[in-house]
Amino acid sequence: MSGLSLPALLPWLVGLPLLAAAASFAGQRWVAGRWLNAVGAAAQLALAVLVLWLLAAGDSGLGQRYTLGGWGAPLGIDLYIDGFAGLMIAITAALGFVLSLYSCSYFTEPDQAARFWPLWWLLMVALNAVFLAADAFNIYVTLEILGLAAVALVALQGGRPALQAALRYLLVGLLGSLCYLLGVALLYRAYGTLDLAQLGQLVHAAPLSWAALGLITVGLLLKTALLPLHFWLPPAHANAPAPVSAALSALVVKASFYLLARFWLETLSAATTAQGLQVLGVLGAAAVLVGSIQAIRAQRLKLIVAYSTVAQLGYLFLLFPLFGRPSDTAGLGGAVVDAVAYFIIAHACAKAAMFLAAGNIQRAAGHDDISRLHGIARRQPLSLFAFAIAGASLIGLPPSGGFVAKWLLLNAAIDAGQWWWLITVIAGGLLAAVYVFRVLNLAFTDSAEQPPAAEAQPVLPRLLPLGAFALAIITVLLGFNALWVLEVLDIGVPPLQLAADGEAL
Amino acid sequence: MTQDLFYSICGIALFGIGLYGLLIPPHILQKILAVNVMGTGVFMVLIATAQSRAPAIDPVPHAMVLTGIVVAVAGTALALSLVCRIYALSDDTEQDAGR
Repeated sequence: MSGLSLPALLPWLVGLPLLAAAASFAGQRWVAGRWLNAVGAAAQLALAVLVLWLLAAGDSGLGQRYTLGGWGAPLGIDLYIDGFAGLMIAITAALGFVLSLYSCSYFTEPDQAARFWPLWWLLMVALNAVFLAADAFNIYVTLEILGLAAVALVALQGGRPALQAALRYLLVGLLGSLCYLLGVALLYRAYGTLDLAQLGQLVHAAPLSWAALGLITVGLLLKTALLPLHFWLPPAHANAPAPVSAALSALVVKASFYLLARFWLETLSAATTAQGLQVLGVLGAAAVLVGSIQAIRAQRLKLIVAYSTVAQLGYLFLLFPLFGRPSDTAGLGGAVVDAVAYFIIAHACAKAAMFLAAGNIQRAAGHDDISRLHGIARRQPLSLFAFAIAGASLIGLPPSGGFVAKWLLLNAAIDAGQWWWLITVIAGGLLAAVYVFRVLNLAFTDSAEQPPAAEAQPVLPRLLPLGAFALAIITVLLGFNALWVLEVLDIGVPPLQLAADGEAL
Repeated sequence: MTQDLFYSICGIALFGIGLYGLLIPPHILQKILAVNVMGTGVFMVLIATAQSRAPAIDPVPHAMVLTGIVVAVAGTALALSLVCRIYALSDDTEQDAGR
């Protein structure tokens, strides 16, 4: 490995999209330049793949740390990458690339494109920064960039419903951030450092740690939209432009879940209790059921997909009871983390494909009221095909990524001796089948009283259905490449933990 | 009761008042102001923390507060511009525009 050092690349994961944001803001009147954004997204993808490859090729099997400006913790700000962070960055870059290509032909109005691209790149900056952050206050700043960019992107749609959803999203986001910040303030007061690794060594069970953990948890749960704090998500995700909905559901809510996992299972694990972990699991199980039922009852296509996100996020929270309270030396690794990380990736691809397909159908039909979508399969075959494949992954049918994810999750539940979570996983799959087939059933039947109107159907640019289709294909391919993904995940996990897992199996 | 503990408790009280203002009153401007009150409460806790390691004054919480103020200004500006836009699209100001 000559010259190419992994830590030196880490700042560029944040810097490259930041440069792209500035460039697309400065050159916003240059309409022909919008395809350059796709080039930028390709560069980001190449960088993420390079980082992931270097991480996987490193023989130490350890996470990598970069000290910004050479200051180092506790005064300076560090960036840290391990297998989990690396995979999150890779999925962000991969989806970012496909969604950028899609957006190039989705936002054809110069005004819209000029407003979209700087915000889009800021969203990428914030996502990468969240995954790399090794400092509790830096996480606050990146969460706020993420929140503000996401709100502005939802508001791009214009119209009262989108603006009201954006405003509600903003207030909820600010409330979540402030709860988080108060938690961080209490941590700093108690332990005098903001570095996550140092905090992890210092934190012990005490009233101040519990208060901080509670505030951080509530703040991040609000942003992750776990039941009963999910009320803001369906309107915001359903009213945003299609590529924005896809990014919000696939990536943005996962960022705050990622942080929850870091805080509960690594940094603040000394202050957690087994009961607290079970409560998170129960809320997740409830979210699976309630979200699915609301998806079945929803009357708009994009609302169905948005409620499906509420439900699918619930599965992720099974991580907490199944992982249990880690021992002192444990890192974020093992079979349960593998299952959940895999679930995140599979759901991200499937949900992005679904939102793009729903957006195409909405644009082609002029509405997304599912009672009037009879026979849409004839007019939008490729988009509906993508919707069906993504739906199969959400249900958990083989050979999709969703099947492998659920299989891993079921195995982890049995290994942990907590079989009752199986009921949730299986019931959630059946309920998902109901809402997916409800859409497919309507799409393939011609309504008797309403002959398909051929006159007012706008022709979609070819890239739009292709984007949805490409993501659906990735969802299926994920099902065939599970092992490699799981190997990367174990980077940065202390070997002790792996050995302990081996014995347990 | 030491000075920094007093200010910390006041900060947490402000946070609570702001939380009430965000959740209960229906008017959207009140909610936006309430978020700012909550933020001020957090900043007060941070400033008190800087004082708590006497005799030296810790500059790190001050830097955090400065950053927090910038974020609060940006968030408030975005919220107000959204409210203006919603107001322009409708003629009913007393709408419960968000929560």
